[in-house]
Amino acid sequence: MELPQGTLDLLILKIVALGPVHGYAIGQRLQQVSREVVQAPQGSLYPALHRLENRGLLAAEWKATDTGREAKFYKLTRKGRAHLDRETASWRQLTEAVGLILKLNEGGAE
Amino acid sequence: MKNRTREEELKKELQFHLDQYAEDLAARGVAPVEARRRAAIEFGGRAQTEEACRDVRPLRWVEDLWRDAAFALRLLRARPGFSFVALLTLAIGIGATTVMFTVIDGVLLKPLPFPQPGRLLAVHGRSPGWNTAAFGDQNVAHYDFLDLQQSVHAADVMGWVWNADTISAPGEAEHVTVAEASANFFSVLGLPLYRGRTFTAREDAPGGTPVAILGYSQWQQRFAANADAIGAAVTVGGKRYTVVGIAPRGFRMDSQEPDVYIPMGQDMLPFMQGRRAHPVTTIARLHPGATAAQAREELAAIGRRLAAQYPGTNRDRTFFAEALRPDVGDVESALWLLLGAVTLVLMIACANVAGLLLARAVARDRELAMRVALGAGRGRLVRQCLTESAVLGLAGGALGVILARVGLHPFVAQWPDSLPRAEDVTLDWRVLLFVLAVSLATSALFGLAPAWRVRALALEQSLRAGGRTLAAASRRAHAVFVGGEIALAMVLLVAAGMLGRAMLRLSALDPGVDVRNCLVARVALSPATLASPERTRAVWDDVLERARRIPGVESAALVDTVPMRNGNNQIGYWTSKPLPPEEKRPLALATSVTPDYLRTVGMHLLEGRFFDGRDRMGSEPVVVIDDVLARQAFGGDDAIGKHLFIDMGDDLARVIGVVGHVRHWGLAADDSAKVRAQLYYPFAQVPDPLVPRWSELMSIVVKTRVPALAIAQPLRRAIRGIAGDQVLYEVRTMDQLARDTLDRQRFLLIVFAVFAALALLLACIGVYGVLAYLTGLRVPEFGLRMAMGATARDVMRLVLRQSLGMIAAGAAAGAAVSLATAQALVKLVEGVRPMDPVTFVCTVAVLALAALAASYVPARRAARVDPMRALRED
Repeated sequence: MELPQGTLDLLILKIVALGPVHGYAIGQRLQQVSREVVQAPQGSLYPALHRLENRGLLAAEWKATDTGREAKFYKLTRKGRAHLDRETASWRQLTEAVGLILKLNEGGAE
Repeated sequence: MKNRTREEELKKELQFHLDQYAEDLAARGVAPVEARRRAAIEFGGRAQTEEACRDVRPLRWVEDLWRDAAFALRLLRARPGFSFVALLTLAIGIGATTVMFTVIDGVLLKPLPFPQPGRLLAVHGRSPGWNTAAFGDQNVAHYDFLDLQQSVHAADVMGWVWNADTISAPGEAEHVTVAEASANFFSVLGLPLYRGRTFTAREDAPGGTPVAILGYSQWQQRFAANADAIGAAVTVGGKRYTVVGIAPRGFRMDSQEPDVYIPMGQDMLPFMQGRRAHPVTTIARLHPGATAAQAREELAAIGRRLAAQYPGTNRDRTFFAEALRPDVGDVESALWLLLGAVTLVLMIACANVAGLLLARAVARDRELAMRVALGAGRGRLVRQCLTESAVLGLAGGALGVILARVGLHPFVAQWPDSLPRAEDVTLDWRVLLFVLAVSLATSALFGLAPAWRVRALALEQSLRAGGRTLAAASRRAHAVFVGGEIALAMVLLVAAGMLGRAMLRLSALDPGVDVRNCLVARVALSPATLASPERTRAVWDDVLERARRIPGVESAALVDTVPMRNGNNQIGYWTSKPLPPEEKRPLALATSVTPDYLRTVGMHLLEGRFFDGRDRMGSEPVVVIDDVLARQAFGGDDAIGKHLFIDMGDDLARVIGVVGHVRHWGLAADDSAKVRAQLYYPFAQVPDPLVPRWSELMSIVVKTRVPALAIAQPLRRAIRGIAGDQVLYEVRTMDQLARDTLDRQRFLLIVFAVFAALALLLACIGVYGVLAYLTGLRVPEFGLRMAMGATARDVMRLVLRQSLGMIAAGAAAGAAVSLATAQALVKLVEGVRPMDPVTFVCTVAVLALAALAASYVPARRAARVDPMRALRED
């Protein structure tokens, strides 16, 4: 399913907020949590990660994984946390508003 | 360094992703090899992902710029032949443009070299009848000036009067320029003296102590830069002055350095004592906080007050101030003309390099297509192309600056009659900024075509076809560049041809005098002599007598206005009494001479006689006229014996002779001069009251049997006089004067000829390069044709026909533009006639032959193609 513009950033931030994680795992988790609805091909995942890192919302660190391989782990910065909270709130507001509108009874105006 | 780690990390991160995915697949039971294959496929364009990650980096463009620039430099080094031609072309184009800009900047654009030049105002008088076009801005009467100085509160007002006089002690007598200046002359300009002090207010007033400031150069020459000069005495115009200061080094006013400054307030000459004559050049510096508008209001108010107070002189007179601008005379049109020419050269250079780049770009199609396939966006490739052009442009610009530095001074030195403000013409940061802008602009111009091509590149097609694709669009583009170069070169060639024709025609003109072995010089008589008319006449006779006795001198005469030199005396004439009012009388150039003048300058006597000893004060007033005046005043009738009124006494003067017309205004300018008719009257019949004034103007003319300049020194010694204070100045030969009148034409001709030669050379390089490239691409085709029975001649004809097509198209376009250029040239340069067919045909022939010669080598190479090898190659 195609994600609306900018939504991928929000989802990535949310996943990373749960704890330091590398790119591959982020993609896997997005897929699992959304029950395979959200697909994040690496062609857009990695540019998004790098963009968030460059904006200072994520910080990266090279660490060993469980299997002992070196991987780039991302974690949320304080700025990223604030951004996530703000974006989450406005997302909720938006979905609520959209939901209200979609609940309208067709033909039953007045 | 940091960049490299970042690149490595990017690769590592993506590799990790891939490995992890493969492991996951393997964990789900897929065989390891198969897992890797599937991972790689699903991962998709890894290069694109890398590129996309790079794209989100901050300052990505800076990074790219560096990379592209480095790549461009490598490319330049890899193809020295191409680089050499392209860089040389650009260096010539930009170098020539830089020289012209440096001159224009120094002469026309730079502010005056004074502190805060924007606060300086030029103050002028204004009256209804004043003809600014003819006489320039009106200066200020001395008494009016004193009023302005006192009553303007928004600004400090200073003034000066140009003068010339003989400085006779210490050292050798010499005629020098004198500035009569107000006490605040230097303080208003904001310049401190080099040494000593300026005049005090007491000194700048009638009866003040005679003090002087020496010009820096005069101090260097006359006092050998000795500090003791301060306090020393100098004699100027027969009067002793005490030196109190030395003017700032290199100081010039209107491109001239005064030799001596004396206080203007001490000048008691009649024209300085009143409000009628207005000789004072006036400059004001605004006080801090004051505005030009305030100063103007004050000037207007003072003007009204003076008009009420002195209606006789000031009724219609007002005062006005405008921003002070350097006076550079009439060089402006020549400068812009040359900038236009140089721009054409630069455009040819651009077209040339564009053609070369385009040829190279076509050969690089495969490289570019590969890059696109590897994830580079079109925009990215266009940027790369433009960066490559910019590197080329900047390198060319750097070389151009070096060329400009070498060429600037010879160019300025060549300027006819010396370039005004030449001292301000320097290669400084303003010029470097200009070169930077021009380099980038030219790179944009010649880089756009290849870059545009990249955009429109049909990628897959290129990949498939290999390096041999040559879209018809590209071939058209090449033809346009070659045609454009030819057209531009033609414009310059036509201009050079027209100037050359004009030069030939003008040089062959008869100036009306014999210019060979003829020396002319102004003479400043001893100041003591001028007091009495009788003495003055006697001294003149003595000067002539001494000049005649110099070995090698054939004859000597006096004349007030010398042909082809600055200065003329226009007077109204009439053929009978009563006279019409002065402004209704037709004008003629009046020249007062001594009897030997005819023989000395070698004028042609057509009828009657010239002056002799009989034409003296008291005898019948006589004139000699030229054939132009004879026709103008008397129609076809015999002029001898007729009478003319020439405002030189009360009587009509009798015409005693007719001489041939002399080109007084110069070889080129005389034909179009407003006043051409000439008349001569004897110096001996100049009324006594006028003799001192006339004597200030007289020049001596000497006909010699030896080279004229060899007489200059003996003549200088011979006329020095008893007091040793009579001096020669402005010593010239008549030949020099005649040649100098064509200086402007000659200079423009040389410059245009050089530019045209450069343009021709560049165009030929362009034709050669493009054709060599195009034929190179068609080698297989030629091979095929030859295999099918075409001869070497056929192939050669094929190539030459292609070249001729481009040349013909360019020449046609060039012809159209040349017509417009030719008109501009006729308007801007005196003596240039509208384009004639001969010049035109010659130009086209030269151009076509040169271009064909440039095509010959590639054509012959094509004709020598070995069919078998050519066919196998593809």
